[in-house]
Amino acid sequence: MTTYVIRRLLDLGFVLFGVSVLVFLMLRLIPGDAVAIMLGANIDITPERVEALRRQLGLHLPLHQQYAQWLGGVLQGDLGRSVWTGRPVADEILGRLPVTLQLSAMALAFAIVVAFPLGILAARGRGTGADMIVRVASIVGLTLPSFWVGVLLLYVTSSYLPGWSTIGYVPFLEDPGGNLARMVLPTFAVSLPMIAVLTRILRSSLLDVLSLDYIRTGKAKGLASRSLFYKHALRNAMIPVITVIGVQVGYLLSGVVVIEQVFAIPGLGRLVIGAINERNYPLAQGVILVVTVVFVFVNLVVDLAYAWIDPRVEYT
Amino acid sequence: MASFAQRMVRNRIGFAGFVLSLLVVFAALFAPALATHGPREQAVRDRFQGPSAQYLLGTDNFGRDIFSRVLYGFRTSIAVAFSAVGLASVVGSAAGLTAAYYGGWVDRLLMRSMDVLLAFPIILLAIAVLAVLGPGSVNTALAIGIVYLPIFARLARGPALTVLSWDYVAAARALGASGGRIMGRHVLPNVFAPLLVQLTLSLSTAILVEASLSFLGLGTQPPTPSLGLMLSESRDFMILSPWTSLFSGLAILMASLGFNLFGDGLRDIVDPALRGVDA
Repeated sequence: MTTYVIRRLLDLGFVLFGVSVLVFLMLRLIPGDAVAIMLGANIDITPERVEALRRQLGLHLPLHQQYAQWLGGVLQGDLGRSVWTGRPVADEILGRLPVTLQLSAMALAFAIVVAFPLGILAARGRGTGADMIVRVASIVGLTLPSFWVGVLLLYVTSSYLPGWSTIGYVPFLEDPGGNLARMVLPTFAVSLPMIAVLTRILRSSLLDVLSLDYIRTGKAKGLASRSLFYKHALRNAMIPVITVIGVQVGYLLSGVVVIEQVFAIPGLGRLVIGAINERNYPLAQGVILVVTVVFVFVNLVVDLAYAWIDPRVEYT
Repeated sequence: MASFAQRMVRNRIGFAGFVLSLLVVFAALFAPALATHGPREQAVRDRFQGPSAQYLLGTDNFGRDIFSRVLYGFRTSIAVAFSAVGLASVVGSAAGLTAAYYGGWVDRLLMRSMDVLLAFPIILLAIAVLAVLGPGSVNTALAIGIVYLPIFARLARGPALTVLSWDYVAAARALGASGGRIMGRHVLPNVFAPLLVQLTLSLSTAILVEASLSFLGLGTQPPTPSLGLMLSESRDFMILSPWTSLFSGLAILMASLGFNLFGDGLRDIVDPALRGVDA
């Protein structure tokens, strides 16, 4: 286990280094003069303004020095400044982070709460009508565009429940009821594909486990089928589900970026899309870096949890 | 031993997917012949119509025929998804095979780079690429292609390592076959089946990613008809007429679902270990 953890951490170091290089290069790879493009849409660009921004971004230095300077800043929490507002990028991100985290956490929790009963229902009633319905629904759910579901939900609520404010965001501490009322629909839309994946994996993993010898032994020695199922089968069947959750968080974050746009939720997704549309590259870089690093650490936690739950896991 | 075609037909869900994806590809290829109106043709007096004989799926805020626009939208989806997955599968599996064949630092460098790409949530990586390249269908295809590289590299490398350790590869090597020949003639056919399955499943998700990016305004740009873009624009007049929102989204679902079911069916067929297992 210790070797596993050490090697996993070394991997992590390499991946984070690679991620930082790619995000750093984003601004530098833009064809043409990135600074001119950034200021392009602006009113009066003086040569002084261009030169000032170039210096602020460190673009006058050789590439490796630029990277060193940029990374040094990042490690101290300095992600540069927003081109338009002049505010530190880190502040802009911190302001939006709780919104995106809340939506992601609610969607993850909702997906788990719904997927477990569905997966168990399908596996226990294998071949029955309920199983068939769950299977078909989970295939469709997998390819259901969550932003379409979001748009349709908005249409239905605004037509039939006009009193329900479904768009925008209010902080939970300011107005808990209003916060949750606005979060219900986006949470539901974002979690659908994840519910589909988790249900499918849990079902097939349960069916695999139920065919193993130790379950038959348990049955033969007269264990109640309830306890056999919940105490013996379900625990082992959860192992693949946990690995899948790690990967799925990436898709979940992707879904959140899009759904924030549908429901006008001022989170990191809206921030990064707005930044790119305004050619505010330092802000876009900052958001992409922060979200990716969060995702990398979520995966690390999942991997470690997996190795801890299943001692057979070896580093490959 | 049932033939491939027989097995495909017997796998009902897979076959349904095959038919559905065939329909979508057909609609995309023959959009100009099948469309009842031009995709950009406006009939201002016929705005916000419901489905009718004249406008099969109704009209949008400019009086454009939704049915025709969906057909052309399929064209964009299919073109972008096929180019993206084509790029990712060719370059990605070449990288995976190279890594497996040479091993050592080549392997480590290639696969670690793939790990870095995998570290990004997919939409964010695609957004980053589009921020650099600028929006548009071609760049969207490139962006999705880059995002999908690691999937194919990993998929090709694993089985290739196994095959490379088999005796007949050693025999080919002893006979003086070159590296390229060993990979192309001996290793690739053995890793082809899982690649094909992944290819089909990736088409399904690529269609969704293209739609998402266009919905966000970073992918396909107007006036090129695109399903994601149609859905995005339809939000402004959804209350007046929900048809555009309904049908553009349904079209995305249809295309993505078709390839997903088809890929799922293919997996059951080409993977003997899974045959008979209904996962």
